[in-house]
Amino acid sequence: MGLFILRRLGVMLLTALCLTFIVFFLTNLFPNLEKLAKTEGNFRMSDEAVISYLTREGHMQPLPVKYGQWLGVVPGFTFETDDGITGQCFDGALTAEQVAEQRRYCGILQGDWGFSTRFKDEVGPIIGERLSLTGILMFWVMLLMVPSALILGVLAGMREGSRTDRALSTVAITTTATPEYVSGVVLIAVFASSAVGLRWFKGTATGAMENPTFENFFLPVLTIALYGMGYIARMTRASMAEVMTAQYIRTARLKGVSFPNIVMKHALRNALIAPFTVIMLQFPWLLNGVVIVETLFNYKGFGWTLVEAASNNDIELLLGVSVVSVFVVLITQLISDIGYVYLNPRISVS
Amino acid sequence: MATWEYDGPILEIDKLSISFFTRLREIPAVMDFSVKVQPGEAVGLVGESGCGKSTVALGVMQDLGKNGRIVGGSIKFKGRDLGEMSDDELRTIRGSQIAMIYQEPMASLNPAMKIAKQLMEVPMIHEGLDEKAAYQRALEVVTDVKLPDPERILKSYPHQLSGGQQQRIVIAMALMSKPSLLILDEPTTALDVTVEAAVVELVKDLGKKYGTSMLFISHNLGLVLETCDRICVMYSGEAVERGSIEDVFDEMQHPYTQALFRSIPLPGADKNARPLVAIPGNFPLPHERPPGCNFGPRCDYFEAGRCDAGDIPMFDVPGNDRHATRCLRFQEIDWHAPIEAAAQHDKTEPGQVVLKMENLKKYYEVAANALFGGDKKVVKANETLSFEARESETLAIVGESGCGKSTFAKVLMGLETATDGQILLDNRNIESTPIENRDTKTVADVQMVFQNPFDTLNPSMTVGRQIIRALEIFGVGETEEERRERMLQLLDLVKLPREFADRMPRQLSGGQKQRVGIARAFAGDARIVVADEPVSALDVSVQAAVTDLLMEIQREQKTTLLFISHDLSIVRYLSDRVMVMYLGHVVELGTTEQVFAPPYHPYTEALLSAVPIADTHVEKQHIVLDGDIPSAMNPPPGCPFQTRCRWKSEVPGGLCEKEVPPVRQLGDGHQVKCHLSDEQLARMEPVIKIAAE
Amino acid sequence: MEPLSWSEIILRILGQFTPVWIALIVTFVVSILYKRRLGLYGKLFDSTIGMIGFALVMFWVFTGVFGGLFNLIITHDVLDQVSGMKNKVPGTPLPSPEDGVYEYYLLGGDNLARDVFSRMVKGAWEVIKIAPFATLFAFMVGITLGLPAGYYGGKLDTFLSFLANLILAFPVILLFYLLVTPEIVATGIPVYMAGVLFIFPIVFLVILYNSRFYTQPAKRNLYIAITLVIGLWLYLGIAWDADPLGLISFPPNLLVVFVSVVFVNSPTVFRIVRGLTLDIKTRDYVAAAQTRGEGPWYIMLWEILPNARGPLIVDFCLRIGYTTILLGTLGFFGLGLSPESPDWGSTINEGRKLLTIYLHPALPPAFALLTLVLGLNLLADGLREESLRD
Repeated sequence: MGLFILRRLGVMLLTALCLTFIVFFLTNLFPNLEKLAKTEGNFRMSDEAVISYLTREGHMQPLPVKYGQWLGVVPGFTFETDDGITGQCFDGALTAEQVAEQRRYCGILQGDWGFSTRFKDEVGPIIGERLSLTGILMFWVMLLMVPSALILGVLAGMREGSRTDRALSTVAITTTATPEYVSGVVLIAVFASSAVGLRWFKGTATGAMENPTFENFFLPVLTIALYGMGYIARMTRASMAEVMTAQYIRTARLKGVSFPNIVMKHALRNALIAPFTVIMLQFPWLLNGVVIVETLFNYKGFGWTLVEAASNNDIELLLGVSVVSVFVVLITQLISDIGYVYLNPRISVS
Repeated sequence: MATWEYDGPILEIDKLSISFFTRLREIPAVMDFSVKVQPGEAVGLVGESGCGKSTVALGVMQDLGKNGRIVGGSIKFKGRDLGEMSDDELRTIRGSQIAMIYQEPMASLNPAMKIAKQLMEVPMIHEGLDEKAAYQRALEVVTDVKLPDPERILKSYPHQLSGGQQQRIVIAMALMSKPSLLILDEPTTALDVTVEAAVVELVKDLGKKYGTSMLFISHNLGLVLETCDRICVMYSGEAVERGSIEDVFDEMQHPYTQALFRSIPLPGADKNARPLVAIPGNFPLPHERPPGCNFGPRCDYFEAGRCDAGDIPMFDVPGNDRHATRCLRFQEIDWHAPIEAAAQHDKTEPGQVVLKMENLKKYYEVAANALFGGDKKVVKANETLSFEARESETLAIVGESGCGKSTFAKVLMGLETATDGQILLDNRNIESTPIENRDTKTVADVQMVFQNPFDTLNPSMTVGRQIIRALEIFGVGETEEERRERMLQLLDLVKLPREFADRMPRQLSGGQKQRVGIARAFAGDARIVVADEPVSALDVSVQAAVTDLLMEIQREQKTTLLFISHDLSIVRYLSDRVMVMYLGHVVELGTTEQVFAPPYHPYTEALLSAVPIADTHVEKQHIVLDGDIPSAMNPPPGCPFQTRCRWKSEVPGGLCEKEVPPVRQLGDGHQVKCHLSDEQLARMEPVIKIAAE
Repeated sequence: MEPLSWSEIILRILGQFTPVWIALIVTFVVSILYKRRLGLYGKLFDSTIGMIGFALVMFWVFTGVFGGLFNLIITHDVLDQVSGMKNKVPGTPLPSPEDGVYEYYLLGGDNLARDVFSRMVKGAWEVIKIAPFATLFAFMVGITLGLPAGYYGGKLDTFLSFLANLILAFPVILLFYLLVTPEIVATGIPVYMAGVLFIFPIVFLVILYNSRFYTQPAKRNLYIAITLVIGLWLYLGIAWDADPLGLISFPPNLLVVFVSVVFVNSPTVFRIVRGLTLDIKTRDYVAAAQTRGEGPWYIMLWEILPNARGPLIVDFCLRIGYTTILLGTLGFFGLGLSPESPDWGSTINEGRKLLTIYLHPALPPAFALLTLVLGLNLLADGLREESLRD
């Protein structure tokens, strides 16, 4: 088991390196840098001015070097000006002696995530704060989505083809066919607009950042949960329906086990193996939902930050966001692998 | 507990009819079926696939699914009609009074539940035992089914046990509440022959010990002979003959039963002198049954206007005990008339050596654990294989799972290359030429017929197209028309109508698919054909026809046939020489006569004893092997067979555990890989004796 | 003029869709009459769910084609702004209609005073012209890579699976933001990606014909020549905008959208195909092909692929739905497509800003997208059920 996790971690690290490098490469393409220079300086900058700005900031170095500096495995970039030496790892212009006292490495490995041009603040704290906001959102989403999806799926799948199954399956299909930007719009229209007039909930979740209440938080949570719920429910249903036709269920039935006990004791664990992986692999998609819903409801969490960073060409913030999201996805994959081994006794753990 | 006093028959099925309802039509699966099971009696239900025997079992359990329904008749268990019971009543009977054992042991155990829990559940539900008492009971029963180390077994998950052990657990589960009736649905079909023999033995013993009545469903007449007191033969949804084993086996009164016996290779049969008689025609589809007698169109004694006039009831056979037949003419037919001689053939003499193997070895390197990797292990799939095969000769390769016969086929075909040794085809070395480097002639010369008829043809291509493709690849014919003509000739060769060229494989029956497979193999005039269990997945009556077809083509084309099989009856019938394999080793090699007569290799001896033979005149020595076949990943040291050998104690000094025995020549090309001395070998007695009639 | 009542609006809308109704009725009548001869497609008409799904899908396909290509259903041009119609409710008459101009905004006006109904109809065309083809390309890529990965296994499989997982671990939105921004388009990366991705169909077809007909060189050469000439012509035109005849070109912003959608979908298809291949390659007919010396590509494309078609067709339907959702997402974030584009995602995004006051601009495209994707899901379900039968 230890070796298995170790190998998984190795693959995960390699994946993370590849992905961050791709993001690094795409965000550090010249047009992006040129735009950065112009937004930081002024929009009528000449080409030479752009180049000199970029050189001063270290953006004109070869890509692998820059990536290494950003990671923190290559000494931080320094540049000698008339006033002294400026550098990635310290503020202002310093003399050579002063520079020698500064730390040489300052990448994400050292906890130095860079500076956000959009928020004019350190990237690290921004991400931490936004991530915790999204964490609260996700917590409630999971709490709503997973149990209801499993119950829906198990109820539909335990008697395949029955009326309950048809009804629940239709619900599940409809919710999978409704992306967040559709269901969110419909939910706001029905429950929060003055045109319909119900006004049960708030159409924005800005207030929920300080003080989440049922009124301002339920709609965003429901919107994310609905889309994922249908998918998980359908997976659970398919898996449950398959298990219910398995021979060992017939064995149990012909042993005289009652129907509720067949479902609870014999079918459930087997039927949950497949959906478990699905739930875990839902995370990349949930992130999608988070971005859409946070934009839609103006909830300034992680997804909202991603959109802000990307649309404002905030390179370092975008990099930070990418690293975090890639890691979230990879860690859930790891948990899914380990959990699968744990749930499924057929895979021996030596 | 639902028990009540009753001393009549345990199970009484009376004029039962079961139908399945699909969108298009009602499909009758069982019609007018009656049988009685007395206390302590074992009744065998025999028939080919699709005859409705499993439906009867599910009907007894009242578990026919959504589409199935009992449309007539009654099933009485200890005098009470099961059809009139409520779900709750049925539940109290299932598992406690009636228990069932299925074909696939792995599938019928819950993979995510420990064995102990699955066993303990039964008495806990039905007898209200607490966990401790239930565990004690489980331990007892697991000991009863002769599993080693019961406590460890109880703690394991099903996948940690071997197939044979799983089936013993399924049997244990059925016996947990000491039921009055045990239904066994092909309980040993998924097991190897030697394991099957041990399981059958166990079922017989336990049936006696617990006084359980049994309904034993099987397609294997020999197995029914060994286990049952009475037998009921089914054909196309109906019982056609019913009676005691002796009456039905020796004085059969229905043409189908007779035809069935004539189509299975009993010890007296011989491919040249006394060939098998296949039943003509095909099994009727459930919605296309003929009027009157269902067997009519395939029957030798068919009388138009009488046999197809109307439904035929069961007639009692006078003079016999509870012997009945569904034949109008059973008193007119001379049941003892000799078989109308099917064309006899002279024995063909083998020609020169075509294929020669010398010390062929094939080792694989596999990871010890598929998911987590780990150390590499070497699996010795084939260990020093040496033999010769001549033109027009049939060489049978016999062995159970893991013996390396499939690997050998792969190496010969060029799908794998040999680790060591050589394969000579017409004195050319081909052991290290993979198939993509072989010339077309070599590829066309060595072809293969596969085991599973439902898998052997590409489901999305017409039959004709598939044969034509083989012709294209083998470079037969210049134009599309020539190839089409040749394809039609090949269909003639395997006795299929030419219209079949444009059919899709799903429109063909299993036997017909297998014929197409044979036609495809002979597309390039193959000289060596490897037939990997070509008939084992087919029904008995079809087996004979396909076997005869193979023999006939072989005679015409002078083909060398390498016939891989685990079924010694058919091997005895058609092969000239036999090679017995166990865990990658050739343990015995010789002519058919030599191998089937003493001295045997101890494994051959056990194998011979394990094969059920459907003949009441045959007396068999009773040899039951302990345990399972060891895994090829982890073979025992020394002789591969030493873990199960009953002669091991006769070899001094524990030699069997230390050294792989040398190949011993016993004269006339008969060779054995065994440490036993010549005297000990000479003392061996024949396993099968045919009692004088 | 008086505003229309709701029943009048509905009647008028139904009337506008007349060509679609006719086409739908013809399709259904013909299909049901000949359903026994039409294979899996025919069997679809045995399943209620499948028929409902098919009807929904075909409704939007016909709407897209008639409205988008022939300007039949729409009442106004999608870019026309009529003064005084800003955010007007459904059924509002135009203040001073000219002759020949439709007098009402059937579903009201949006915040730029454009006709919501016509924009919704045109939006269908935006989806219909991209989603199926993007999905088809994703399948070509997934199949061409998934088959060898599953068939050969080993290092190739490890490598390709790693790549697929790499893309799958990428949050889709991030990928879109990285690929579809004008700065990245300026570097030409999407064009290179198109260059790589669009070569797959040609490679696929060439291998397909070669493996089948290499025993008959004349036939093979003919088929391959046709494929190469037509394929390369389309390829140059679409991917590189370098059609030597100057006939084919592809709007660059559409190309970017197309490429990113194909890119995101391919790894999932790859995984499905790989899994199916792993299963089917153990069948005896594959072994039979091997023992008669068939090449690996013949086995993959002619023995394995046709027998994997059932699950692939079902997934194809689901994936078109998913692609539709992705396109909506792109529109919702204003990525790739032009700001005036009538596609549903953009329209929803514009409409949501005033959602608590005006519902009508956002809801029609939302329901349109919902019904199309629902239709595709139901269709897939129907197909799955029918293909599992018999």
